[in-house]
Amino acid sequence: MAYPYTHERETRVISRGFGEPEARTLDGWKALGGYQGLKKALEMGRAEVIDVVKASGLRGRGGAGFPTGVKWSFMPQEKQGPHYLLCNADESEPGTFKDRELMRWTPHQVIEGCLIAAYAIQAEHVYIYCRGEFFETNQVIARAVEEAYEAGLAGEDILGSGVTIDVTVHQGAGAYICGEETALMESVEGRRGLPRVKPPFPAAVGVFGKPSTINNVETLCAVPHIVVHGGEWYRQWGTDESPGTKLFCVSGHVRRKGNFELPMGFPLEDLLYDVCGGFEKGRKLKAVIPGGSSVPFMTAEDCKDCSLSYEGVVEKGSMLGCASVMVMDDRTNIVKQVRRTVDFFAHESCGQCTPCREGTTWLSRILLRIERGKGTEEDLDTLVDLGRQMTGTTICVLSDSAAAPVISSIEKFRDDYLALIRRGEAVGTA
Amino acid sequence: MGDNGHDSDTVTLTIDGLEVTVPKGTTILQAAEALGNRIPHYCYHPGLSAPAQCRLCLVEVEGAPKLAPSCVTDAQDGQVVHTESESAKGMRQGVLEFYLANHPLDCPICDQSGECKLQDYVFEEGRKHGRSREPKRVFGRDDFGGDVLFYGDRCVMCTRCVRFMDEMAQDPRLTVVERGNRSIIDTFFEEGVEGSPYSGNIVDICPVGALVSKDFLHKARAWDLDHTPSICPNCSQGCNIDLHTRDNLVQRLKPRPNLDVNEYWMCDYGRHRYEWMNRGDRIEVPLVRRDDGHEATDWPGVLEPLLESLREGKGPVRAVASPFVSNEALAALASLVEALGGGEIVFRSARADTEIPLPGFPKLTRRHDLVPNRRGAEILGMTRVGSDDGSSGLDELADHRGTLLVLGDELADLGPDFGARASLYLYLGSHPTPAATAADFVLPITTHAEEEGTFTNYEGRVQRFWPALQGPGAARPAWLPLSLLAARMEGTRSPSRVDEAFLRAGELAPEFRGLAYESIGTRGALVNEPAVLPEG
Ligand SMILES: Cc1cc2nc3c(=O)[nH]c(=O)nc-3n(C[C@H](O)[C@H](O)[C@H](O)COP(=O)(O)O)c2cc1C
Ligand code: SF4
Ligand code: SF4
Ligand code: SF4
Repeated sequence: MAYPYTHERETRVISRGFGEPEARTLDGWKALGGYQGLKKALEMGRAEVIDVVKASGLRGRGGAGFPTGVKWSFMPQEKQGPHYLLCNADESEPGTFKDRELMRWTPHQVIEGCLIAAYAIQAEHVYIYCRGEFFETNQVIARAVEEAYEAGLAGEDILGSGVTIDVTVHQGAGAYICGEETALMESVEGRRGLPRVKPPFPAAVGVFGKPSTINNVETLCAVPHIVVHGGEWYRQWGTDESPGTKLFCVSGHVRRKGNFELPMGFPLEDLLYDVCGGFEKGRKLKAVIPGGSSVPFMTAEDCKDCSLSYEGVVEKGSMLGCASVMVMDDRTNIVKQVRRTVDFFAHESCGQCTPCREGTTWLSRILLRIERGKGTEEDLDTLVDLGRQMTGTTICVLSDSAAAPVISSIEKFRDDYLALIRRGEAVGTA
Repeated sequence: MGDNGHDSDTVTLTIDGLEVTVPKGTTILQAAEALGNRIPHYCYHPGLSAPAQCRLCLVEVEGAPKLAPSCVTDAQDGQVVHTESESAKGMRQGVLEFYLANHPLDCPICDQSGECKLQDYVFEEGRKHGRSREPKRVFGRDDFGGDVLFYGDRCVMCTRCVRFMDEMAQDPRLTVVERGNRSIIDTFFEEGVEGSPYSGNIVDICPVGALVSKDFLHKARAWDLDHTPSICPNCSQGCNIDLHTRDNLVQRLKPRPNLDVNEYWMCDYGRHRYEWMNRGDRIEVPLVRRDDGHEATDWPGVLEPLLESLREGKGPVRAVASPFVSNEALAALASLVEALGGGEIVFRSARADTEIPLPGFPKLTRRHDLVPNRRGAEILGMTRVGSDDGSSGLDELADHRGTLLVLGDELADLGPDFGARASLYLYLGSHPTPAATAADFVLPITTHAEEEGTFTNYEGRVQRFWPALQGPGAARPAWLPLSLLAARMEGTRSPSRVDEAFLRAGELAPEFRGLAYESIGTRGALVNEPAVLPEG
């Protein structure tokens, strides 16, 4: 047992280096087989790299689950000017802490993934946009980029191939919204992180107005392995629609919290009770948020027979998102939990769109009033109605994300709300 | 035209059941406007970029998964758009309710009240009762410098003001600070927009009462104001404006869109120079000279003896005009001088050292010439004299011994001896002046704010203005008595309407020939052969 905790049911592909200090250095990473993928990709040619990634069925790990190879193929084949690859390392979704670990422990895995992707989409420049508060991580990744340059793995004429790819680490300034792909581009350009109206999409008009592709850290980390071993190899894990392995960030009321790399389709209950060791004595499951704070709640009932794949979680009324599993036992005050989540979104809304700017704070104020025992049953209707008006009506989906937990918690935990409204009593204390 | 009979540069779509054909690249919002359907919006402004952030202009496009922001969605062939469907209307109602969640609703003391887009939209489509019971966010008030006062609580965060300063003024003085519901418009530095020469426009484009004019603060209610189309008289650009009046006083100037002249904008220099139109010291009745000074009379009482004097012939004619009077008045003066045998007509006009262009639309420039009709005067053969502050240059004329005519120039730099040696001295003016002391006849004339007429701007564009104020006493547009006198001298018919008076300009100068009031319209029309621009 290494890295804070590992479990025998894990399949450690991208988390193989977690807990291994050598993996952080170039030599250590090479000893683990590092940069073989880059070498192979340069030999294969761009089209074939994209084909392999398409064949693997890899889907974006940043939350939306868009097929990565398909996304790459949207880039212009005929270059008119520079192309850019953006590595989304802004990880700020509450409950999510996987990209940070990938960057801290295996920075070269991230860089290798970036270089392969950049090569595939003909980008001459990679920006790794790293969350501002990740001070250590920023240093680690910046140091690794230096090492890569020194070893001729980045910069001009990579490994004698004639290919030039520069890598810049860009430290964010601490705004969640800069993780949204187009806000990130604005931020890289030196402006306020405001999401852009789409279309145009990044593959046509991205950062600096040029064709760009943006991928999550975890997505890019899977790429070198897929290139080395092939698409079919990756499909040995997971389901048809959700191939491969995935890091699950588990937090909350289970005994063992942390990052666990599991094949997609892993049973949620096995994750909770086996891998994570279940609950404290006398406690039982109340709710799970399976994909970071922006997805709907699941009840204990929903968790039964739930397969942790994109489609499996949708079947249970929620979304896998970035697989940040937040677990709540029966001590949890759901209303407070929802209010704190909404507060987060209210704080992080960029403020452009009226429904999001006004809606997030309004929801939060109503929830706070209910929490203090001053709510009415009408408030619940208002909350749901406002939530609906915030869904599908804005530039980015932060607004939808803020509304989702409110709507789903009222639907699924109405009694918790009513206890506060009718009797002024909170169900749960945590 | 393509083979299928469709012009490939246009698209045809259906909006609320009505078909409309528009050029490719037209947005749904603009296409709807072409049908007379104004889709509610805040952040979109035709003169600025469109951030699509207010989310009010969302419409239903058949086949699209979500409502589409009509301000940035291009109209497509065969598109079927609904702006009044349940989902589109419901959306607007929802967005409006969000706006009200934190809005102070202090309409009773808000200057925007009556011309406020939040009032209008909520009145038209809002919920009967807002559901917010929560405490409202409070930002308070801030002095943004210049003429601009900011009421933060009323702001709907459309960012038009920020974009105007960035894109049009290209003088980024404003920004959004903070994010989410804490977002607020702020200035970068203490001085705010002070000294930025077009900053007054942000008050105009603010759809609510968040940005208000200090000059206009609590001066009048919007619904008490009459709006009259006019032309800014403060430089030769000739910005199209509206005079907003109440109690027969001009309360403020507002730009009136004219894409060929000033787009949607005007400069602060022009905007704040209107007080003279409200001057109370006026020449109200015709005056005739007696031994002991001027005696008031009426129009017949002055015109008959005046005509008699003119017919007698009082020696060579010299005249002074003002570039603040209309083409019609200038033409009438020229006709009269001609009828009297001809003579030189001079005018004086102030000129600034610098021009002040609006960088985002540099065709709009506060011009060197700080008068509205220098071009008209020059086309009619008049000569500019004097210095760049609009004074001097009349020494010789002051002692002229023949017939002396003065139209509109207040002669502020001259004293009571002016014209004392003239055998006949006729003064037409709006304001009493010592320099008219020696005049044999004084005729009261209206200002451009009180009459109908045209100016010719720097590029030779003839533009109309309309009467916004009631002129005082017996004051009349100058062209009326002047052309009457000319006609009587020549035994012809005198024009009785301003459009007839304008045609007289065409008889005098080929540049005006062929132009008629109808063709000028509200947009203006260029004179013939406008190639030679005046200096600068
Ligand atoms: C409000 C908001 C915040 C986001 N934050 C992140 C983030 O921190 N990291 C990330 O990888 N993706 C984030 N995303 C998703 C990105 O927009 C984008 O979909 C993703 O980076 C694409 O990479 P992938 O295809 O590899 O998943 C966010 C999206 C939204 C709407
Ligand atoms: S939905 Fe919210 S966060 Fe996203 S662009 Fe609009 S205001 Fe900004
Ligand atoms: S001050 Fe007015 S123009 Fe500026 S953002 Fe607010 S509402 Fe819009
Ligand atoms: S540019 Fe000239 S015409 Fe236009 S508003 Fe300013 S002063 Fe008036």
